Amino acid sequence: MKYVDEYRDPERARRLAESIRRLATRPWSIMEICGGQTHSILRFAIDEMLPKELTLIHGPGCPVCVTPIEILDKALAIAGRPEVIFCSFGDMLRVPGSGKDLLTVKSEGGDVRIVYSPMDALRVARENPDREVVFFAVGFETTAPANAMAVAQAARLGLRNFTVLVSHVLVPPAITAIMESPQCRVEGFLAAGHVCTVMGTSEYEWLAERFRVPIVVTGFEPLDILHGIEMCVRQLEEGRAEVENQYARSVRAEGNPAARRQVFDVFEVSPRKWRGIGEIPASGLRLRPEYASFDAETRFGVAHLSADEPAECIAGEILQGLKKPHECAAFGIRCTPERPLGAPMVSSEGACAAYYRYRRG
Amino acid sequence: MCLGVPGKVLEVFERDDLPMGRIEFGGIVKEACLAYTPEVAVGDYVLVHVGFALSRIDEEEAQEIFTYLDEIHAAGLAEELAGDEPDRQGGDEGLAAGGEK
Ligand code: SF4
Repeated sequence: MKYVDEYRDPERARRLAESIRRLATRPWSIMEICGGQTHSILRFAIDEMLPKELTLIHGPGCPVCVTPIEILDKALAIAGRPEVIFCSFGDMLRVPGSGKDLLTVKSEGGDVRIVYSPMDALRVARENPDREVVFFAVGFETTAPANAMAVAQAARLGLRNFTVLVSHVLVPPAITAIMESPQCRVEGFLAAGHVCTVMGTSEYEWLAERFRVPIVVTGFEPLDILHGIEMCVRQLEEGRAEVENQYARSVRAEGNPAARRQVFDVFEVSPRKWRGIGEIPASGLRLRPEYASFDAETRFGVAHLSADEPAECIAGEILQGLKKPHECAAFGIRCTPERPLGAPMVSSEGACAAYYRYRRG
Repeated sequence: MCLGVPGKVLEVFERDDLPMGRIEFGGIVKEACLAYTPEVAVGDYVLVHVGFALSRIDEEEAQEIFTYLDEIHAAGLAEELAGDEPDRQGGDEGLAAGGEK
């Protein structure tokens, strides 16, 4: 596949790894923000190609993993109602809430459907005017333009049986929270290429400046990640802390203004709870008051639900890069992809699942 | 769900007042909304995420990395031919110069 295969060439990857080895004279810790990058790193054993002194810390960029348990509980409460068709991206179905998961609700007779795009949920709503169709609108800045368009389009079409359960999160506030943590070990970041495709790179300029930390906007294929690491190491070695763009084939400095306009027409910035991290101010999106009638939490009266995380799961420390999955006592024993205790084990982009799948034992 | 996939635009059309495209991903054809990439034309490659094209892929930028890799490779070969130790100063400078674009 064009723009995929050529970025997986092992010989070229080896050359980049060699270049990194020459550049690195000191130990450095670099965090890849995005779960998609974590998945590539484990899948293609990129970490094993790197010099021992380099540590990759897996960041919080997996929307499934950071969705707090109480949102799951709200989803479960809504999905269990007989009049509801609950539409969700597939990877949310096995994330455990306090009791069960969406898959269990489905097996108990709930109408839970996997969709590829929020626009599919919109179609379901048009085809089933006598049912309530709810879309589980989770994700980072990457998914927000799609979810915003679904809501805007529902408003234009006058659909009254379509609502969204919103749990949107934003990357820059998470970077701030990580950098402000006293235990923070991160010295450089690979920023998420697809988030920046939408948002551009300006938000990262002040982060790099404020925390004196290099940030390299990076793609997802093995050569992208190695190249991003190489650029980051070069900055660290030279004592620079700048924003650089490795993924220029998709990311422009200004991002995608049309997408951003739609996002902020429908959503506004709000505080959000992150699984295992807690509430981060101004770290998420919620519907603007003009679109309040599309809010599933109000329509189904679940806004008040709250819940605590399971005590054994150290997802919070994993998501902040303080621990690696295999340092969790439950990893691979009481917590497996078949019976996950926490979200990072469920999602294919989650660090625990990636370790379990590619790094057994 | 954060995965974005590059695909080729086969056809551009409109549905419910939204610009749409038929996009091919390595043999599989799917529809995607083009509202955020109004500039794309048939034959372009776009990055698609949950049913929406988020950017047009820039072919020139896409080639950068390969040019850079060839430079590193050439620098490495020159070094081997010189018969010196692989991580001597000169080689590192050659690499640093190659990295600037
Ligand atoms: S292995 Fe399971 S219990 Fe441990 S942190 Fe990961 S998801 Fe949580």
